[in-house]
This record gives sequence, structure tokens and C-alpha cells, in this order.
Amino acid sequence: MKKTHVALFLLLAALCSLPLFLPRFYTYIAAIVLLTALLATSLNLAIGYGGIYQFHHAVFYGIGAYGTALMLTRTPMPAALGLLVGPLVSALLSLVMGVICIRLSKLYFGMLQISLGSLVWATVYRWYSFTGGDDGIHGIPLPDRIATPDGAYYYTLAVTALCFFAMHRIVGSPFGKTLQGIRDNPVRSSAIGVHVKAHQLVALVIAGLFGGVAGSLFVVVNNSVFPDMMFWTFSLEVLIMCLLGGMYTFFGPLAGASILVLLRVFVSVYTQYWSLLLGAILTLVIIFLPDGVLGYAVRRFRPGEGRRA
Amino acid sequence: MGWLANLVSTGTLSQVLVGLSRTTILFIVSSGLTLILGVLRIPNVAHGSLYMLGAFSAYTVISLLGGGLSGFLAALVIAPMIVAAFGFVLERGFFSYLYDREHLMLLLLTFSFALIIGDLVKIVWGSEYRSVTVPEFFQGSAEIFGLPIPYYNLFLLLIGPFIAVFLWLVINRTKMGKIARAAAVDAEMVSAVGINVGWVFAFTFVLGCFLAGLGGALIAPMVNISLGMDHSLIMEAFLIVIMGGLGNIWGALLGSLIFGLTQSLGILIWPQFGIVFPYLAVVVVLFFRPKGLLSSTW
Repeated sequence: MKKTHVALFLLLAALCSLPLFLPRFYTYIAAIVLLTALLATSLNLAIGYGGIYQFHHAVFYGIGAYGTALMLTRTPMPAALGLLVGPLVSALLSLVMGVICIRLSKLYFGMLQISLGSLVWATVYRWYSFTGGDDGIHGIPLPDRIATPDGAYYYTLAVTALCFFAMHRIVGSPFGKTLQGIRDNPVRSSAIGVHVKAHQLVALVIAGLFGGVAGSLFVVVNNSVFPDMMFWTFSLEVLIMCLLGGMYTFFGPLAGASILVLLRVFVSVYTQYWSLLLGAILTLVIIFLPDGVLGYAVRRFRPGEGRRA
Repeated sequence: MGWLANLVSTGTLSQVLVGLSRTTILFIVSSGLTLILGVLRIPNVAHGSLYMLGAFSAYTVISLLGGGLSGFLAALVIAPMIVAAFGFVLERGFFSYLYDREHLMLLLLTFSFALIIGDLVKIVWGSEYRSVTVPEFFQGSAEIFGLPIPYYNLFLLLIGPFIAVFLWLVINRTKMGKIARAAAVDAEMVSAVGINVGWVFAFTFVLGCFLAGLGGALIAPMVNISLGMDHSLIMEAFLIVIMGGLGNIWGALLGSLIFGLTQSLGILIWPQFGIVFPYLAVVVVLFFRPKGLLSSTW
């Protein structure tokens, strides 16, 4: 594990120095990569580690963003509070949706979640007087310290690093191990006295919370929110990031999110047929690399890890 | 009490009838989806894209053959055939190798096909709106209780039950349908008695794709044919299928009725949040009947 620590330290050092030599636009992209990686990893807590078909994760991202944006624009509260409230609201929403959906499993769970999520999306999309409807909210006022591109980037980096650390601890904790046990064999877990649904519900709330954090970071980086953030196609895109990187590795979604976001930025310069490319990549990955890029690498170099038992 | 006044006004009936004709489209598309789900166990996200492909193909066929009744009817046959042929290639080329994969993988695979088909349509037809005019034969409207209902909507209302009965006959009265139902329950056993399950699956998939294409061809004169028309429809079709019970054709009919009616009545009751009602109906149904209203083949 020593090598991994060194690698992580180097990565962090490299990320810290990025704004020193990158142009402004790329600093913005780097921040988007970081928060999207956080979003994908939070989804992976539910789907990769928990085996729960969280099909509409983007709702928590969107609600985290809207919660933050509404606190910042409509209340005189300090900004720090707004940045906290957004994620908490999405954790709360995750709890409510979880309680409704948790009785079902697999595809049924996923579809009920999609319909609940679409309900939330449709409400946000139409409630012009409160959420701004399909225009969203723009020009959100931020504290000076994080209003500059560099400030936003460093804030995003710090929060993302902190969240990754926390999620890594959660995955390695007894709770995380139990969750993986439930994923691999729910019947046996329940037979040895594990409360399966309670564990899954907690996992959903944690995933919703970190998804909400990613949403609040989006407000900081982009200064605006819009309902497309929580449309179901984006949820599937986040799912693709997890799959592309590898669902059964911790850093897989980070790799997947980085690949997709960067690829989109660079490919869009050359062609308007980004979806075609994305679909082709995804098809190839599903057929040839079902464990994802990172999962494949881990399995190649360290047999026995990075793959579901 | 404004919404109550809206609800009992004379506009309600025509709103319901127009809503029902939209239900027909929803039913045709979602019956194809539920067929594929029930027999092949593939949650086919690309189904909506096939519907879009059907609509664009219908546009091309109609512009080649002229906008008359014969051209329109030809489009209703040829466009779904194009989509079915496309589906045949997809099934033989990809899905037939991947039936044992997890549902999640299949869902993402079909989503990737949806992305690819979306861009292929963009390459072939461009990104502008296309529109098809209702053929002369269906123009005008009938007076029902003093309210005008377009003939085309009446035509859709007639075709819905026709498709339902046709599907019921195919599934319950033909040998292929019976084998498909058996394969839905236990594919291994069906192949053990010497039946080529692969071809049964291919037939079912192609039939499902045909229905998606038919739905697209039928909606063509009613809407602007555009990129992105697949996104909202596939979500609705999935919710209908889940609400009705996976793999159940009558469930798809019931689900479409609930979805179409809550949609059209919802807009009457509360115009701003009308689109919320169908989703609400799905949540209520699944809360009380987690496996859908009618029995599922799963």
C-alpha cells in the first residue's frame, strides 16, 4: 500500500499546482473533472459497493446544487451555511426516496427511483416562481475567496479530497464491509443477523449526501444551476463513468469521470457527434472490459482484486 | 375550486378522447418494450430511439411516395419494417451473445445503442424539424357531443384495440407465441426439448422493434419529428411497463391508459404542473403494488 500512498500524494501535488500553469478555461475544466469524479464515486458507493440499482443519482446532484443556489440567492444566510445546506437537503431527499424504494430490489428499485426522480425533475422544471423553471438560476453570488476561478478550483480540490478520504474510510469500515457482503449475498447476510435494508438505506443516504456535495461544488465552479443537471440521461452518463472506470474498484469512477469529461471537451472541438463516440466506447467496454478500465488493470497486475467475488 | 370547474366543463371529454388517442401510441410502443422485457429480459433503452427512427423513416417514405392516403398507409408498413430490420441486425449482431449478462450491463449497452442511433439519425436526416401532414382522408373532424374530434385521433383510437387483439392472438394462438411464452419462463428447458431459442428470441425482438417503429410512424403526422423525441417517450414507456407488470401486454395497455389519462386530465386540473401527475400515478401504483398492477412474467 506504500506505493499507492506515494502515488496519491504525487497526484494531489500535481492537482495543487495545476492552476499555476493552466489557462483559465482548463482550470475550470479541471474543477469540473474533480466534482464529476466525486459525483461518480458517490454513486459507486450505492451501485458498486452496495449493489443497489441507483438509476437516478443525478437528482441528488441537482438538489444539492439547487439547495445551495436557493440558499445563496434567496436568503440572507452566510454563504458557508448555504454550501452545507444543499448537501443536507439532498441527503434528506435520499432518505425519503430510499424509504419508499427500499422494499423493491434490482430493476424495480431502479425504475421506482427513476419515476420519483422524474417527479422531482418535473417539479423543478416547472416551478418558475421558485426554481427558475427551465432557465435555472444564474449569477449566483459567492464569497470573494471562492469567486475567482483559482479560488473555486482550490475549494473544489479541498472538498473533493476530503470527501474521497471520508468515502474511502467508509468503504473500509465494518459498515462498508457489511455492505459488500450484502451485495454479494443478501440472503446469507440476513441469515447471520445483518439488517439488510437498514444498511442499504444508510448507504443510499451517504451516496445522496456526497452527490449533493458535488452539486454544491458545481454551484461554486459554474455559478449557475439548471434542470438538465437532473435529467435521467445524465444519471445514466454518471453510471457510464462508473462502469468505464470499474465499479468494483474505489478509484474506478474517478478514472471513468476524468476520461469522459476530458474526452468530451477535446472531442467536441472536432465533431458534433459526441454521442456516437460515447456509445461506441461504451459498447466496446461492456463487451470486452466488463470490469472497467481500472478494474481490468487491477486484475491484470494484482490477481484476485478489483473484481466481484 | 377553479380546477373542479375545469374538470366538469365540456372540454373534458374532448381532452379525454385526445388523451386516449395518445394512449394508443404509448400502448403500441410500450407493448413492444414489455414483450422484449418479458421474453428476452432486456431493459431496452434503445426502444425509444427505434420509435424515433420509425418516425423519421415514415417521413422519408411519405415524401418519396407523396402525401396521399396510399403513401401514408405504405409508410405505416414500410417504416416499421425498416426499424424491424435494424432490430434484427442488433439482435443477431450483439444481444444474442450477451443474454447472460447482468441487467445493469444490458441496460447500459442499450443506452449506448440509443446514443449511437440518435447520432445516426442526426447524420442521415440532419437536426432540423421534420413534419408530415395528415393525409387528406383523415383531415377534418367529427362532432362528438358537440365537440370536434379530429378524424386522425379517431383512427388512432380504433387502431389501438386492433393492435392489442393482434398481439394477443400472436402470443396466445400461434406456435411461435407459445414457444416465446415458454422461453420467457424457462429458456433452458425450451432449448432442451429441441427448439432453437435463439431464433425465438430474434423473432420476439424483431416484433418488439416493429411495434416501436409503428408507434413512431403513427405519431409522425401529430408532432414535429425531431431529435430528442426518443428521450421523453422511452422514460414514459418504461414507467408504463413497470406500472403494468413486466412482460404483461395487458399491463402495458392498463399502464398506458393510466399514464395517458393522468397526463391529459392533469393538464386540465393544474396546467403548470400537469406533467407531474403521470409520475405521481406511477409512484402511487408502485407503492401499493410493487410488482405492477398485473402479474409479471418475471
